[in-house]
Amino acid sequence: MRYVTLTIDGKKAVVPASYTILQAAEEVGIEIPALCYDPDLEIVGACRLCLVEIEGNPKLHTSCSMAVTDGMVVHTESEKVVHARKMVLQLLLDNHPNDCLTCQKAGECLLQKYAYMYDVKFREHDGAYKPEYTDTSSPYILKDEAKCILCHKCVRICEQVADRQVLTFANRGFETKVAFDADMSIEESSCVSCNRCVTICPVGALLDKRLMGKTRIWDGEVTEFKCKSCEYGCDFEVLSKNGKNVAVRAKSPGEGRPLCLKGRLTSEFLNLDDPETPYIKEDGKFIEASWEKALEIEGILDKLDKMDSKDAEQC
Amino acid sequence: MKLIVGQGSCGIAAGASKAYKILEEEIKNSGANIKLGSTGCIGMCYLEPIVDFIDDDGKKTTFVKVDEEIAKQIVKDIVASKVDSNENVISDEDKEALAKQKRISLRNCGIIDPENIDEYIESGGYKAIERCIKEMTPEEVIEEVKVSGLRGRGGAGFPTWFKFNAARQSPGTEKYLVCNADEGDPGAFMDRSVLEGDPHALIEGMIIAGYAIGASEGIIYVRAEYPLAIKRLNIAMAQAEERGYLNKDLFGEGKFKFSLRIKAGAGAFVCGEETALLESLEGNRGTPRPKPPFPAQKGYWGKPTNINNVETFANVPFILANGGDAFAAVGTEDSKGTKVFALAGKIKKGGLVEVPMGMTIREIIFGIGGGIAEDKGFKAVQMGGPSGGCIPAEFLDIPVDYASITKTGAIMGSGGMVVMDETTCMVDMAKFFLDFTCKESCGKCTPCREGTKRMLEMLEKITEGKGEPGDIEKLEELGKFINSASLCGLGQTASNPVLTTIRYFRDEYEAHINDKKCPAKQCKALLTYTIDPEKCTGCTICARNCPVEAITGTLKEPHKINPDICIKCGKCYEVCRFGAVSVE
Ligand SMILES: Cc1cc2nc3c(=O)[nH]c(=O)nc-3n(C[C@H](O)[C@H](O)[C@H](O)COP(=O)(O)O)c2cc1C
Ligand code: SF4
Ligand code: SF4
Ligand code: SF4
Ligand code: SF4
Repeated sequence: MRYVTLTIDGKKAVVPASYTILQAAEEVGIEIPALCYDPDLEIVGACRLCLVEIEGNPKLHTSCSMAVTDGMVVHTESEKVVHARKMVLQLLLDNHPNDCLTCQKAGECLLQKYAYMYDVKFREHDGAYKPEYTDTSSPYILKDEAKCILCHKCVRICEQVADRQVLTFANRGFETKVAFDADMSIEESSCVSCNRCVTICPVGALLDKRLMGKTRIWDGEVTEFKCKSCEYGCDFEVLSKNGKNVAVRAKSPGEGRPLCLKGRLTSEFLNLDDPETPYIKEDGKFIEASWEKALEIEGILDKLDKMDSKDAEQC
Repeated sequence: MKLIVGQGSCGIAAGASKAYKILEEEIKNSGANIKLGSTGCIGMCYLEPIVDFIDDDGKKTTFVKVDEEIAKQIVKDIVASKVDSNENVISDEDKEALAKQKRISLRNCGIIDPENIDEYIESGGYKAIERCIKEMTPEEVIEEVKVSGLRGRGGAGFPTWFKFNAARQSPGTEKYLVCNADEGDPGAFMDRSVLEGDPHALIEGMIIAGYAIGASEGIIYVRAEYPLAIKRLNIAMAQAEERGYLNKDLFGEGKFKFSLRIKAGAGAFVCGEETALLESLEGNRGTPRPKPPFPAQKGYWGKPTNINNVETFANVPFILANGGDAFAAVGTEDSKGTKVFALAGKIKKGGLVEVPMGMTIREIIFGIGGGIAEDKGFKAVQMGGPSGGCIPAEFLDIPVDYASITKTGAIMGSGGMVVMDETTCMVDMAKFFLDFTCKESCGKCTPCREGTKRMLEMLEKITEGKGEPGDIEKLEELGKFINSASLCGLGQTASNPVLTTIRYFRDEYEAHINDKKCPAKQCKALLTYTIDPEKCTGCTICARNCPVEAITGTLKEPHKINPDICIKCGKCYEVCRFGAVSVE
């Protein structure tokens, strides 16, 4: 592997030539803020928050997409960079509901984090906002369109599973939005409620509906565990409050696994003190289901029953 | 003897097909031995439909504005051998406007029949590719293009040889060549003119470029709104294949074979941006990708790809047939050759003109374009479409070359020139262009998606008389930010119309904001209509015409407008015969 040496905020970094500036910065302990970047997703360079200044280059460049070169001198917090970041954040806040008090995402929201970091505030204006629209058709996911910052992460993560690819963009310009299939409700769409998209949404635009109102991140404890539904084990978290396990949420897919609803329900069933009624989707409708059906163990239970009665007969 | 009808989209829109039919009938009826042919657009939109007559000695007479009657008359006059007496022979002034041009990329447009490959070959076509294959290495071809100094005509003006070379040097054996025929700049139609009028020039240019970079497959991305262009391209491609220029080992030298296909793009303006175009070609939503990597490194399906504009390609056969020096002899030090401009707006002779680089803006607008319509005063010219900027009267004498235009804050762009007269409100003009960009933003990146909307809202407020002190500074700050932080060229140039109008017409912005006045009297919300009691004769015509009964007064007494009711429709101003109504 070829290595290159560059300077980031005065620190020397020696990294593989295939690295981007953002990766190199991480290596030397410098965090560059980014909303649309994720190491597991294709680079889109959309949010423009990770802009940095490269000496000898008059333009600002996105550090998520710009490859390192030997001798490069990068500034990640120069006056020019900070000004641009504040502008990006201000434009996002200008088109975002001021709802942090009651938002389920508070405390974990990246927009909140960076707004705080760069001291950018909500302000009143009489210009346009995204229309208020929440899709409540799914028992597992809440889509709050007004909060979406169009980071593309949900679209890219859903796209990674070949037979899902549910999410796309609809419209363009200021009217751009994330759509389920051809802009259907979550219920009607082909969404399989795996919650991959929810795990990656940086704001409160896609939320785990079964978690809402139960606890927030600072309220109680969060314990990681691995799903036991199949041997791969996607990462989940159980959230507890006052000594009670109140909710389970998907954290990230396991190696080679896509995350799935069955796994999530199994995890709820096994971990929660008071699991809520499960729902499954049939013909584009969510219907209440028994735990046996939701966990797909009816056949097994039947067989066990039969074996039990046989045992009884034999006795 | 031959009659040739200009049948580009513009000619057809003006009635060229009808003229063709009449000529056909009349020739048949007269029994005269006159051949009838078609050609593309010569660029003089204001004179369409245009018909050329070539007599047996090869002398050409051009007839303009040929309607049904004139068409009949033309045949009569030919039969009677008195064509010169025809009233619709082109004027000397218009002939001169044509003579001032220098046609390289449009060399055959309006002259040869685009649907007949023999006419292209007779005019020297497919000689350049023959020379390349038989006598030159790809490196030598690139060197010739370097000598020519040709720069991309699609907008950014990047040296063409450099792009050819980057794609050639890029590792990999599978490479692609793409022609950008998306032409989304409103008002620009130079690419359409080449596609419709001389498709073989593009095809030959692409084969040469394919040979130079080592790409055996080419794709023409043409906007679906250009059906005639697509039709003629298809015809031309079939003929080129028949003659062995496409899909066959060229000239049997065992060196190179090139295939070409068309992709009709129904995309938006942003699909003309090269990386968005590639996404669209791959069947995805047409949104730009971050650069680097550039298409030369990672293009179509991740393979090295070179993308050039139609006009760029159309220049290439000329360069390879006549030598790079011949091309470089035209133009200026930094901008070689010619450029096609689409003259539009408040100009007398709108249309396409191809001129040597370095000609002054004044010469183009007044010398060739005939000056300002209705002889009004010149105010500014918008160059580069919605990505460009306005250039005020004080720069009329600068030469049109890349560096000089860029210095003004405008861009050469694809060659749009929208002329504005003294009645144009520059704030309103900036709003018009920003509205376009804002709607065409793909929505991918934050600065462009959110920022252009906020700028547009501010301009709307200003033109509605709700502007506040500080708005100009806010526009400048936001505009510069959007230009510096956006992902693609659309956002990176979106603010130019606003920034240049602020730079040159700041007083107009100030008048709107501070005095709530529109100096050009275009922004309705800022106008006040009043009746001068000295001039008013009390004829009552204004009161009777006012749609909202804002005017009161009795017969033979001065009338009065109630500003609270007036909706500023301008009706009273129009109907008053005594000039008593004034607008401020
Ligand atoms: C928003 C946008 C629209 C564009 N539209 C076109 C177009 O319609 N035709 C074109 O040739 N280039 C267009 N371009 C420029 C292309 O990205 C690219 O630079 C060009 O096709 C390269 O060809 P050239 O080097 O021959 O100029 C556009 C660029 C942007 C940013
Ligand atoms: S829950 Fe899963 S399938 Fe549904 S949209 Fe999100 S990622 Fe796609
Ligand atoms: S819903 Fe969330 S993840 Fe998807 S684009 Fe919007 S902010 Fe990003
Ligand atoms: S600058 Fe505008 S058009 Fe270009 S990627 Fe960003 S949002 Fe899309
Ligand atoms: S401008 Fe129109 S509405 Fe106003 S007074 Fe005149 S006619 Fe009436």
